[in-house]
Amino acid sequence: MGNPFPGEHPEWLWRDPDPKSSYDAIVIGGGGHGLATAYYLAKNHGMTNIAILEKGWLAGGNMARNTTIIRSNYLWDESAAIYEHALKLWEELPEELDYDFLFSQRGVLNLAHSLQDVRDSVRRVEANRLNGVDAEFLTPEEVQKVCPIVNISEDVRYPVLGATFQPRAGIAKHDHVAWAFARACDAMGVDIIQNCEVTGFVRDGNRVTGVETTRGRILSDTVGMVAAGHSSVLAEKAGFRLPVQSHPLQALVSELYEPVHPTVVMSNYVHVYVSQAHKGELVMGAGVDQYNGYGQRGSFHVIEHQMAAALELFPIFGRAHLLRTWGGIVDVCPDASPIIGATPVDGLYVNAGWGTGGFKATPAAGWAMAHTMATGEPHELNQPFGLERFTTGHLIDEHGAAGVAH
Amino acid sequence: MLQIECPWCGLRDETEYKYGGQAHVAYPEDPSALSDEEWAEYLFFRDNPKGPFAERWVHTGGCRKWFNAVRDTRTYEFLAVYANNEPRPDISSLTGADTAGATA
Ligand SMILES: Cc1cc2nc3c(=O)[nH]c(=O)nc-3n(C[C@H](O)[C@H](O)[C@H](O)COP(=O)(O)OP(=O)(O)OC[C@H]3O[C@@H](n4cnc5c(N)ncnc54)[C@H](O)[C@@H]3O)c2cc1C
Ligand SMILES: [Zn+2]
Repeated sequence: MGNPFPGEHPEWLWRDPDPKSSYDAIVIGGGGHGLATAYYLAKNHGMTNIAILEKGWLAGGNMARNTTIIRSNYLWDESAAIYEHALKLWEELPEELDYDFLFSQRGVLNLAHSLQDVRDSVRRVEANRLNGVDAEFLTPEEVQKVCPIVNISEDVRYPVLGATFQPRAGIAKHDHVAWAFARACDAMGVDIIQNCEVTGFVRDGNRVTGVETTRGRILSDTVGMVAAGHSSVLAEKAGFRLPVQSHPLQALVSELYEPVHPTVVMSNYVHVYVSQAHKGELVMGAGVDQYNGYGQRGSFHVIEHQMAAALELFPIFGRAHLLRTWGGIVDVCPDASPIIGATPVDGLYVNAGWGTGGFKATPAAGWAMAHTMATGEPHELNQPFGLERFTTGHLIDEHGAAGVAH
Repeated sequence: MLQIECPWCGLRDETEYKYGGQAHVAYPEDPSALSDEEWAEYLFFRDNPKGPFAERWVHTGGCRKWFNAVRDTRTYEFLAVYANNEPRPDISSLTGADTAGATA
């Protein structure tokens, strides 16, 4: 693939404004979800006097560290609704944002390696179909037709017994997604303010009235925290706790190779997922490191384990060379589902807990969060995902579909 | 890979251990007396500080005993290791870190 923007990519896609003293709404965090939130605040709700405050640079967090798997084949109705809404938005966004961010619907295989895996997978496929999500269960031979390099031999430690397949799933180029949203936000008047860390909250009683930042105090009575791995740190400054734990999550790429891998393959059981990026690198992700960590790096044995799994599934990778590994910080919820909604502080909203799998949800998370911030009420998409669920017990357990991740 | 000092076996590789999350979270004395909110706090809410964190580890691949440690979640450096019936050591002298949230 050549440069998708031959010769004419402008140097700056958005302005670099100084913060104003106040805004109608503030979004904390310039990752994908923060950008999408601002985009839909402006586009769906006509709120353009708003700012995104990013402590580092745009998409420097998980947004440009993830393995870009997009799919909607989650088990429960609540999850299928929000992830499928996202997938439908992904299908329109390249045109709507007028930006080819290489969204490629090459399908995702989720492999089953045990009888229990097979049963769970078949159940998930049926649940997906009832929710209008495209899904099929494939035999090992059918798996190999979709992805010829998968090893379907019975003579391995964890043989492939089948797989779920979602043909409309795929990948996209994450940094370009961020730039596409940023350009569109900027064009509607949204201030994108980088190098601006939120260090505290200004309050009037139990109401938020603004934020303290490294670039001064900025007032607003509608504030959204969209800080992924740092959500707990921000919540702490606002005086409450979130039911999330931050863990390192690592990924890696190989050197560039000829196209060998036409789809996306995930295996929760042996803990690896693989796709091949447009340029040719094999992109692979692992599971989280077990300990809490904010270091954006994890332990090497996690990568070793992931490579062992990849080699068993794809013997052809035996001579591939590792190019680089990296880590992000993911905010994991007890039920592997996100939190989007009100907080104990009036006017302060939270979008967090997407853990290892929030990239795919970027547009829908932004859509729902924008609705919640603009109207003060949850959208029907995020109504089930409020903080209350931990008290009511109405958890949305997606450990099966989220599994190792993504 | 982390190198972790088991109080009984000494320094070993992280792969010999399993993680147990926040330390010093006691089982409620009278669970039936808790409100739904308090029960939710106990079940699902844990501190998640960026800085020193008192946490539990178990040496599954060795003596199989649980113990506590204070580890800095930014650098992953272990600041203290102690038995799980001991109080959290005062590590404020060891670090200038923002310890907010690590107090439980
Ligand atoms: C290795 C890895 C692989 C992954 N693979 C996938 C995948 O294949 N598919 C998938 O769906 N998901 C995947 N994910 C998860 C996905 O990346 C996240 O769920 C998602 O990116 C989180 O939303 P975000 O983009 O807004 O986060 P981020 O990009 O992390 O945005 C949060 C932003 O908030 C900023 N911030 C934090 N604190 C403050 C503050 N005090 N003031 C101002 N700004 C602040 C941060 O600097 C950061 O830029 C993966 C994650 C990792 C780490
Ligand atoms: Zn030991």
